Amino acid sequence: MTMEITNMHMLIPGLPLLAFLINGLFGARWIKQEAHWIAALAVAVSWVLSVMTLLKVMQGHTYYGDIYTWISSGGLRVSVGFSIDELTAVMLIVVTTVSTLVHLYSVGYMHGEEGYSRFYAYLSLFTFSMLMLIMSNNFLQLYFGWEAVGLCSYLLIGFYHQKESAARAGMKAFIVNRFGDFGFALGLFLIYLTFGSLDYQTVFSAIDGWQSPAISLLGLETDLATVIALLLFCGAVGKSAQVPLHVWLPDAMEGPTPVSALIHAATMVTAGVFLLARCNAIFNLSPAAMAVVAVTGALTSLFAATIALVQNDIKRVIAYSTISQLGYMVLACGVGAYSAGVFHLYTHAFFKALLFLGAGSVIHAVHDQDIRNMGGLFKHMKITAITFWIASLSISGLPPLAGFFSKDEILWLAYSSGGSFGKMLWATGTLVAFLTAFYSFRVIFRTFHGEFRGEVEKKDHLHESPASMTIPLMLLCAGAVGAGWIGLPALWGFENHFAEFLKPVVGHVAAEHGNYSHSEEWMIMAISVAAGLLGLGLAWAMYARKTDLPERAAGAMSGVPYRLFFNKYYVDEIYDYLIIRPTVWVAKNILVTVTDGLIIEGIVNGIPRSIGRISQWIRKAQSGVLHHYAAVIVFGFFIMIAASLIWAGGN
Amino acid sequence: MIPVTWYMMLSAAIFCIGIFGFIARRNVIIMFISIELMLNAVNINLVAMSHYLQDMRGQILVFFIIAVAAAEAAIGLAIIISLFRNRATVHVDEIKEMEG
Repeated sequence: MTMEITNMHMLIPGLPLLAFLINGLFGARWIKQEAHWIAALAVAVSWVLSVMTLLKVMQGHTYYGDIYTWISSGGLRVSVGFSIDELTAVMLIVVTTVSTLVHLYSVGYMHGEEGYSRFYAYLSLFTFSMLMLIMSNNFLQLYFGWEAVGLCSYLLIGFYHQKESAARAGMKAFIVNRFGDFGFALGLFLIYLTFGSLDYQTVFSAIDGWQSPAISLLGLETDLATVIALLLFCGAVGKSAQVPLHVWLPDAMEGPTPVSALIHAATMVTAGVFLLARCNAIFNLSPAAMAVVAVTGALTSLFAATIALVQNDIKRVIAYSTISQLGYMVLACGVGAYSAGVFHLYTHAFFKALLFLGAGSVIHAVHDQDIRNMGGLFKHMKITAITFWIASLSISGLPPLAGFFSKDEILWLAYSSGGSFGKMLWATGTLVAFLTAFYSFRVIFRTFHGEFRGEVEKKDHLHESPASMTIPLMLLCAGAVGAGWIGLPALWGFENHFAEFLKPVVGHVAAEHGNYSHSEEWMIMAISVAAGLLGLGLAWAMYARKTDLPERAAGAMSGVPYRLFFNKYYVDEIYDYLIIRPTVWVAKNILVTVTDGLIIEGIVNGIPRSIGRISQWIRKAQSGVLHHYAAVIVFGFFIMIAASLIWAGGN
Repeated sequence: MIPVTWYMMLSAAIFCIGIFGFIARRNVIIMFISIELMLNAVNINLVAMSHYLQDMRGQILVFFIIAVAAAEAAIGLAIIISLFRNRATVHVDEIKEMEG
């Protein structure tokens, strides 16, 4: 029985790995345009197995065990193993569902592209890595998956590697993530030093009742748990694109759109939130770290939402929207509402993947990403438009769509997390909800309604995408509508099944949430819906009714806020000035000229040169005349005899 | 009974002749014969000492040396023959391609 379960668990990541190997090794030469069969079949079977795993977990059959000893060195012992609990089961469903649909969608979207099999090989590798990340039962395997998804992200962002901007965006994503992962790795070292193990069970059970020692770090009095939590959070900040490491995600949109949907909306970027939920035991020890997490989340969501208001690239708007929603999830984790964060992760995966795939469908039709050159697409591509509408309603938090339940839960738990701090987080969240509705519907009204503003000859070629693209849209649309219904709020007289389900892993929300009345909860709900409707209405007024209004509004603000938003708060420029230029300067003036030019080149070229010079001199001894050699031998022989005679005489 | 020192002096004399021949002569066959002379000087020495010390190991060693020397002579002559075929000379001063 156990053996069977283990095999099943091994197959879930194993099949995508197999598909990667097959497509990676034989794709370019033999499989070519048939690559999707292997990849999609593998991930679809993984999906079936994931559903079976979920059902098992719902019956209470969780699994925790090692499969294989990976590293055994001194006291360090790391295994490859699986931990299949409630949190993993939810993530399995999210990852395999979105991955399967994206595989399917890509059949249409990537049709006939050069590197088709390479694309599918990377997708399979990504799915494998992501599954290893979420199924891991120790921190090192988590880190392996963490880095491997980063690698796949790099490879897929730079998929169109002939395009310089894509290659640069890939590098940017990779390098920015290094900053976060450096902290993450330090966090893992500290965990190992403190608890002597990297196994989840060992670490988390050791934390239970552990008194975190106070330490002094760089003159700051703090305790060890805070340091570990913040270092782990560094990793989450990088991977989940939180401020200040958010800069890579918008640029990541250079990759093919299905990749954006899978990696940069639904799965990889949520790994940070998964990490927070997984390590909730560590974070719960440190109120200071939790406050940092909550504030980072709130700031990120506001920051990204304001940028999204004025961007014109349809994918970039959605990318900033993703950052903003990730901020929501992090905010939820920061107030201890891990289940709400994971719930939003889960619903967000559906509607955000849907938005991206819908955007991909639009780009497929228009061959342009600028919403200024779109408009009136509704009548040309009804399925895309309707699903996009529903996804936007869902992200705007309008009932009874999925986004409403998760967003409302986060806002309520933020509000009730105590004190004015919680109220401020809630106010930020509500403002962001309003902005979210506004920019989402700005995209809709600019894209699907009004008159087509693109080139005239394009207008005749507008068409709905093929079935392989629209079917995933419709399936995801069902998720965007219904995914939230498993977590209906207790306020409405339901058990919150989702929160109850995750309770064994992430615990329950802190007790102080009990001091608030139902009427307050209703009020919060009403305000968040009102914020969403207000945003929708304003977008309608500005972009559907009086289309000259945005110009005037931008003009009236004349500059500062508009330019600030439009230029993304100049964060890229600031980084360029503070980090990139000094680095390049050091590289050019010190590393290239001194370190490389003088020291390394000096050693590398100097040694052979001096050897050459010495041998030029020594080689003259080799005259080629046999008698010289003979004379030398005899002479040496006499010296040896003489020496031995003297030595013998001396004795 | 001839004293052993005479044998050793004979041996040393043959060895020195060998060295002289090897250094002074330019004909590669003569040089080769000189090497054989040196080798056999050693053999004489070994046999003499073996008899003097009443130890058979020296004579056994000599048999080995003779066997190896036979093989060596075969190889050496083969080299000389092929050298002669290629260069039409046995004069070593004319063969100095191997200079550094």
